[in-house]
Amino acid sequence: MSTETQHAGANVSLARRAWSIRRLALRMAEVQGQGYIGQALGVADVLAVSYFHALNYKPEDPEWEGRDRFYLSIGHYAIALYSAMIEAGILPEDELETYGMDDSRMPMSGMAAYTPGMEITGGSLGHGLGIAVGAALGLKRKKNPAFVYNMMSDGELGEGSTWEAVMSASAHQLDNLICVVDFNDQQADGPTTQALARGDEAPKWAAFGWHAQEVDGNDLDALVAAFDTARTLSDPRPRVIICKTQMCKGVPFLEEREITHFVRVDPSEWARAIAILDDAIPA
Amino acid sequence: MQDAPIGPTSRRKSKYTPRAVPVSEDGERLTTSAMIASLDAEGRDTVAAPFGNALCDLAAKRDDIVGLTADLSKYTDLHVFANAYPDRFYQMGMAEQVMISAAAGLAREGFTPFATTYAVFASRRAYDFIIMAIAEENLPVKIVCALPGLTTGYGPSHQATEDLAIFRGMPNLTIVDPCDATEITQATHAIADFPGPVYMRLLRGKVPDVLGEYGYKFQLGKAQVIHGGSDVLFISTGFMTMRALDAAKALKAEGTDCAVLHVPTLKPLDTETIRTEAAKTGRLVVTLENHTITGGLGEAVAAELMRAGIHPAFDSIALPDEFLDAGALPTLHDQYGLSVRAITARVKTRL
Repeated sequence: MSTETQHAGANVSLARRAWSIRRLALRMAEVQGQGYIGQALGVADVLAVSYFHALNYKPEDPEWEGRDRFYLSIGHYAIALYSAMIEAGILPEDELETYGMDDSRMPMSGMAAYTPGMEITGGSLGHGLGIAVGAALGLKRKKNPAFVYNMMSDGELGEGSTWEAVMSASAHQLDNLICVVDFNDQQADGPTTQALARGDEAPKWAAFGWHAQEVDGNDLDALVAAFDTARTLSDPRPRVIICKTQMCKGVPFLEEREITHFVRVDPSEWARAIAILDDAIPA
Repeated sequence: MQDAPIGPTSRRKSKYTPRAVPVSEDGERLTTSAMIASLDAEGRDTVAAPFGNALCDLAAKRDDIVGLTADLSKYTDLHVFANAYPDRFYQMGMAEQVMISAAAGLAREGFTPFATTYAVFASRRAYDFIIMAIAEENLPVKIVCALPGLTTGYGPSHQATEDLAIFRGMPNLTIVDPCDATEITQATHAIADFPGPVYMRLLRGKVPDVLGEYGYKFQLGKAQVIHGGSDVLFISTGFMTMRALDAAKALKAEGTDCAVLHVPTLKPLDTETIRTEAAKTGRLVVTLENHTITGGLGEAVAAELMRAGIHPAFDSIALPDEFLDAGALPTLHDQYGLSVRAITARVKTRL
């Protein structure tokens, strides 16, 4: 059963979903005046395919036992996930303007206790995949066929705990674990490929016993194919999809900025960025 | 700025000086390996692997109990559980961070994981994972660790002398330091029933059994008077309660009457019982812990009494704020003040 048919607005294209996620993220960041908007714009296509093609869930019941678990290891990407969950009907759109404010259910960094649908408290990087290993073991114990997805960043490839989890998932043959790496080559101090992850990532995961795919993370067709392969593969390996994404994708004047980990956007530029998106609404 | 040469610094011992073979007062060779995590050389009744056996009893009643270890099942008594329930045992390899994270993931899915390693590795290597994946989300993971404080002669790499100080700062975490086999057995059941995260210090192998003769029953969060006394109030945790009981006997023979208040739960601390006992006038209060003087029971009790306006004569018996020597455990306990002989000598100087 395609999960695309389960959600409201089943005829809405994935391109339109990704567009909506970008637009919602820009509106949230505008309220706060800042935010990890570069990451949100970059990963919007991956989240669109996750929430409107791959994941099995009930928007009205975020803790439904049969759901696929989606772990956001990268807590600062919360703005992107809130946007995807608003678009998916898990979070109400009218709470968008509370983002990052006192008493909001949408804090700047994702925390499980605050937000429906936010499975784990991310933010201390290198944690999500290890927790996902335990959840995948637990689902197998319960004979629950759900998948655990862990979304992490390329920067987390530098954390030693990531590789403990990579080895562990392989040793325990966790074929119900799908790791999604957002590889945008941008960490806080500069390009990831000038730090620890040198760019040849898929062969490393494969050498550790994973089924590894590398795709253009802003190509919806390629993402759909990669997620389908990861979900339907019949071998005991855990699966990783390394998504090469473009920071600030969809807003060219932001894409051109050199420092995109935490984008500085002038108050006047939010409207300009939204206008650029609105000039190109997908079908 | 001083024009100092850059070069290696020397350690505290003259390591190139040859040594004689050390022997005990009875003429026996004192070795390190024979002493690892063993406190049974005191002529006491012992129980084998109380934690592993208690966990098996629990697992027989509860399907949610699972066990994880980071390559130390044999040294945490978890192998007893692993042998009895192989399909509920997860060998996570020599990887403490993912063991703790995976325990969090299993707890998220409704299981009650017992994760075991040495106290040094849980407190030092896996701290960020315990605080964020487990404590912040208040998940029911039980972290049970061997070699707490000074229970091995292997030196600082294995001596978790500061684990309580590290963990006391962690919100949501309950901390238990049991005294003996009786208490380990009872505490294992109690922490499994408790819905939050727990760090429990563990004595493994043949563990002395001393509290049974006092009719003691462990209650999570409760300090209990083991016996009364009019001159001194020992407030002790972990195996130091054994030492406090022995020191009380030795001092009784010399005419000093010592009460023993056992505090197995370090956090949350049973401040009410501690205040009530310490407020009884005329007694010297002495805290005893198998832990550095910094950040453990002694400082917790002292701070609580100050806040409550209770000011008895006070002393703390604990390990010094140092990296401790390697060697045989009885030697080290005597050297660092945890032996019965050292305790009684210290108390006498304060009376």
